[in-house]
Amino acid sequence: MYRYDQYDQAIVDARVDEFRDQVARRLSGEFTEDQFKPLRLKNGLYLQLHAYMLRVAIPYGTLDGRQMRMLAHIARKYDRDYGHFTTRQNIQYNWIKLEEAGDILADLASVEMHAIQTSGNCIRNISSDQFAGAAADEVGDPRPWAELLRQWSTFHPEFSYLPRKFKIAVVGSDTDRAAIQLHDIGLQLVEQGGELGFKVFVGGGMGRTPIIGACIKDFLPARHFLSYQEAILRVYNRYGRRDNIYKARIKILVTELGAEEFARQVEAEWREILPLGIDAPVAEIERIEGFFAPPPFETGLADDVDLSDPDFAVWVKQNVHAHKVPGYAIATISLKPVGGIPGDASSAQIERIADLAERYSFDEIRVTHAQNLVLPHVRKADLYALWQGLRDADLANANLDLASDIIACPGLDYCSLANARSIPVAQALAERLAPIERDPGELKIKISGCINACGHHHAGHIGILGVDRKGEENYQLLLGGSGAEDASLAKIIGPGFTQDGVVEAVDKVLGRYRELRTDGERFLDTYRRVGVDPFKAAVYG
Amino acid sequence: MKILTGNDLGSGAVVWWTGEGWSRFVADAVDVDEHGAAIAAAEEAARRVNAPYVIEASAGPDGPVPAHIKDRVRSVGPTVRDDLALARDPRAGSYVI
Ligand code: HEM
Ligand code: SF4
Repeated sequence: MYRYDQYDQAIVDARVDEFRDQVARRLSGEFTEDQFKPLRLKNGLYLQLHAYMLRVAIPYGTLDGRQMRMLAHIARKYDRDYGHFTTRQNIQYNWIKLEEAGDILADLASVEMHAIQTSGNCIRNISSDQFAGAAADEVGDPRPWAELLRQWSTFHPEFSYLPRKFKIAVVGSDTDRAAIQLHDIGLQLVEQGGELGFKVFVGGGMGRTPIIGACIKDFLPARHFLSYQEAILRVYNRYGRRDNIYKARIKILVTELGAEEFARQVEAEWREILPLGIDAPVAEIERIEGFFAPPPFETGLADDVDLSDPDFAVWVKQNVHAHKVPGYAIATISLKPVGGIPGDASSAQIERIADLAERYSFDEIRVTHAQNLVLPHVRKADLYALWQGLRDADLANANLDLASDIIACPGLDYCSLANARSIPVAQALAERLAPIERDPGELKIKISGCINACGHHHAGHIGILGVDRKGEENYQLLLGGSGAEDASLAKIIGPGFTQDGVVEAVDKVLGRYRELRTDGERFLDTYRRVGVDPFKAAVYG
Repeated sequence: MKILTGNDLGSGAVVWWTGEGWSRFVADAVDVDEHGAAIAAAEEAARRVNAPYVIEASAGPDGPVPAHIKDRVRSVGPTVRDDLALARDPRAGSYVI
């Protein structure tokens, strides 16, 4: 794991002091809300439906036990004993008091964490593959590059007031576990003739205008990583629209110019930048890479797992993935208990996971964009003990990537921008589908409470979007999306439904799928083969 | 009727204007008629409330019921966590939003 150096720690500590002072001035009346709002947003503090909400950055979704314990401590001491892990691999607290915000940031800083650049029109927290450094299929570890981006983008003065927010994701394998084609910049580590480099996608995004990113460079040599990002950001910063918030994201610029012309402008800018020498020196990249060196894996471990406990066997089949080192495995902890709130974890659960990570996973934890957690390096021989530890804390849900593993944004239960509730729909669907979910296999249901698409509904095999219909909650059903390497955008299939109605509609869609599918076909594959019509007919008659 | 709501500046808690001050309970809210904007401005200036705004409500058996679902959710807490709802609200938990 990366550890702060003196500069990292100094700037984060200075930020805490500055914000404490700003909070005091707001409470004393020196600042009005209009003056204070941009300052609090720069520190991840929103005002939401029930209280202030704090969004804490988890750089590329990586944490250690000490940090996890601090997240639990914050939930217990300053919030209501739980936190919400988000699709941006962050955590949000929903019941924060302004008076205590400075103390919380100080607590976070004591474990090398903060809430900087979790809001506003800047480069946001970098996201990545939750299996980084562990996946059997990776070309290289994306985390050092994500960390380099973090350092480069933190307080980058030129990119602090972009036309709009900016989200970057980096992965290291062909399997895309971070939805890179739905980010402003998506980066995939690739190898060409023995040299490491990146495939570069730009202009992806969800929200009001969902667009799949275009590949503007097949191979960016790794040594020019930063200068090329800088070139992209410069073109965007200069030509991205500032006159209309709905047209301000880079995806609109790329679409309006065309990907080819955008790429040409980036190349031209890049040629200007290259001689300035802003690329990180090899020694610096190696220094960062040193923090992500593999943990001391044991060799000669047994590779088989005793699956005689049937419940354990189901969990292994569903939630455990191959590791690149023999004798080890990657375990995903589903935060989707049937009937629970997707992504929520109690302080006790967060602490339990910290314990288990320390004991069984070289003290490493990852957050996934599907709102689950991962222990990336578990000895296969320890899987059973790990599972028992999870089960005792209600964390052994064996439903990864199945129908009840639903992504849902906070929706109208927490979010002031929402049109409709997301969580109750997720709960009702999970309860309905859990008994039959093993049969369809992988099925990604994603729910957002408004068009901002925090719940990735466009990328759902089945997506649900909450809308306001004359003051009533209403839900549109979308089919056929994917946030993986086979990215596609789900499409609305027809008129919307009530909360109960949308659950029924999903049930009908799946009924039709069971009639139509061929052997081993996922819902998404069947949909792509037969098109939307049979499903429309099933839902609307 | 029109009622006035906002968040407590320091704690962020949802609050409702009672005619004399601010209550956590929407049941205590009073009709502010056309005085909402003036009260909001004075209270905000006095730092007793943050981001106040006037909403439509109807008179129910247990007091005012906000017209918009968003404020009904604010008045009880997240509908998916009965345990976090305001204890005094008779609709907590069973509230059909
Ligand atoms: C409750 C406070 C939140 C607010 C005020 C908020 C606001 C927004 C807004 C305005 C957008 C659209 C931006 C645009 O298209 O330019 C957006 C997009 C997004 N938000 Fe949130 N959001 C919130 C919570 C969350 C949560 C809890 C998550 C994760 C579960 C999340 C993840 C995302 C993602 C993934 C997008 C899509 C990014 C894209 O357009 O490519 N947000 N959010
Ligand atoms: S999608 Fe809409 S309702 Fe859901 S969290 Fe984002 S802004 Fe709020």
